Amino acid sequence: MSEETTKEGRGPSRRGFLRNSALAGAGLVAGAGAARAEGPDPLITEVQDWASSFGDAVDAAPYGMPIRFESHVTRRNVEWLTESPVSSINFTPIHALEGTITPQGCAFERHHSGAIELSKQDYRLMINGLVDRPLVFTYEDLTRFPRHVTTAFCECAANGGMEWGGAQLEGCQYTQGMIHNMEYTGVMLRDLLAEAGVQTEGKWVYVEGADASSNGRSIPMEKALDDVMVAFFANGEALRKEHGYPVRLVVPGWEGNMWVKWLRRIGVYDRAVESREETSKYTDLMPDGRARKWTWVMDAKSVITSPSPQVPIRHGKGPLVISGLAWSGNGAINRVDVSLDGGRNWQTARISGDAKKKALTRFHLDIDWDGSELFLQSRAVDETGYVQPTKQALREIRGLNNVYHNNGIQTWWVKADGEVENVEIA
Amino acid sequence: GPVMAETLGLGRAALPEEIAAWDVSVLPDGQGLKPGSGDVLTGEEVFADKCASCHGEFAEGLDSWPVLAGGEGSLTDPRPVKTIGSYWPHLSTVWDYVHRSMPFGSAQTVSVDETYAITAFLLYSNGLVDEDFVLTNENFTEIVLPNNDGFYPDDRPETEYVLFKGEPCMTGCAEGVPKITKRAVDLNVTPEDPDGRPAGSLPDLRAAVATEGGA
Repeated sequence: MSEETTKEGRGPSRRGFLRNSALAGAGLVAGAGAARAEGPDPLITEVQDWASSFGDAVDAAPYGMPIRFESHVTRRNVEWLTESPVSSINFTPIHALEGTITPQGCAFERHHSGAIELSKQDYRLMINGLVDRPLVFTYEDLTRFPRHVTTAFCECAANGGMEWGGAQLEGCQYTQGMIHNMEYTGVMLRDLLAEAGVQTEGKWVYVEGADASSNGRSIPMEKALDDVMVAFFANGEALRKEHGYPVRLVVPGWEGNMWVKWLRRIGVYDRAVESREETSKYTDLMPDGRARKWTWVMDAKSVITSPSPQVPIRHGKGPLVISGLAWSGNGAINRVDVSLDGGRNWQTARISGDAKKKALTRFHLDIDWDGSELFLQSRAVDETGYVQPTKQALREIRGLNNVYHNNGIQTWWVKADGEVENVEIA
Repeated sequence: GPVMAETLGLGRAALPEEIAAWDVSVLPDGQGLKPGSGDVLTGEEVFADKCASCHGEFAEGLDSWPVLAGGEGSLTDPRPVKTIGSYWPHLSTVWDYVHRSMPFGSAQTVSVDETYAITAFLLYSNGLVDEDFVLTNENFTEIVLPNNDGFYPDDRPETEYVLFKGEPCMTGCAEGVPKITKRAVDLNVTPEDPDGRPAGSLPDLRAAVATEGGA
């Protein structure tokens, strides 16, 4: 994010040149994918190998990976964002995904001392502090509590944080991709706390992980007894190592930092611990030099995932699908509006599938693109009536150094050639 | 019994040794502090041995590793320098975080007394105590960091939600054609595919299929 880093960039001319070359080259590939054939298509008229010989046997891949043609659909990291790759972030390829469920294998990671390997045999969970019965659970114990299922987004508090000061990174994977959305199965934190018996002075729980960073965070008892889950399964299978195997906290609607992975201890206290992760970090500096703390909820937000800088329009004029994600930590998404002209005029998109509370929600708008430039924006509205603000509206209140909680409206500049840029507009 | 909320009887009692091993948190009011002490000069030695290779001899930070001292009065600057001295509210967090999670890569290797000493040295590095200062569990809560009052709980419901609720404009919301004020391509700091596009760009379905699996 430093000036130096900016100056080290190679400038836009090289990319522009390469893109133009790539486009010119593409035109030479006869007929591939063309809408209108100039003659009979040999992919149809000639018998293809896959229509004649065998494919892979059922014993080829006991646990399969995506087909190689989808190799662009992976996590990506941006080295210069952090000083160490074990206290760092990578990004979900949301530009290439559809629906709402994030495949675990490409769902983003954020660690503070790396992704640790912790077996179910070695796993222990302690509840202590202001409780009647301090307890130790094994993983097997936890599997015997009544189970619950919830789908929720986990959005890093810093998602979009690099964009507070301007348009910086090129692609919604990078500007909105510190997020994933999974269907979790686990037990309710309130059921574990009931087992230990919370005393009346116990107003806060402090949750920490088994890793070296510990990532300790304080959660008010009201939230702990509401919808916080101690989860073992995500999208049908065990958590991935990098997502907290075998046990993580799921804190619906709240900033990702509080979703403590490799959860090892729940301490009950009469006040907040005010740990490093809720003082030095995850506090939001305001223009007067003071800072907000305990900004737990992630506000209503959306982004158009296609078209976007990694998803240019290559098919020319005519029918165009605008697809995107909306979400809110304050409840369900009520609607999403889309603008083609930078917020001058809006039309309400369609919600595709369910709009679950505190979960990613897919929207679509189908348009007939005439080939002129567009300034695409999306604007989420949640069930509380909150309307996603512009970046400028947020900056007028918060200034430029909030670091976290950037839910401002994203603008994509779609150019006449179908290339798409991350821009800010006035 | 039926009076209590039903419990399942799962888990077993945590032993005192187990709780002591894992509950090492220190709260702002000093809850959790262990008996011990350390002075600035001892802290300087321990810091030189275990910390200075990243954070610098004077806690000023090497390369892009975190700066632990300095930045006083910078919180309204265009680029604030947020350190223990300029930003952190509580000394308890320093003790707790160092003891539990530092040094980076070999955490939980500093003793209780070493942690007091390092904390004393960090106070000294931030110009908050003299070089003969001794930090103990007895005098710990007398130390008030400069930015102790610098934080307030989330006030978005009062300062933002009230402004951002209500039926938004749908037509004719602004005049004229949008004017571009910032372009990410001007920075050009995004990882790239070999063709110069943003890394992870969708393949061109009109071009030949990649012969290799790709990146």
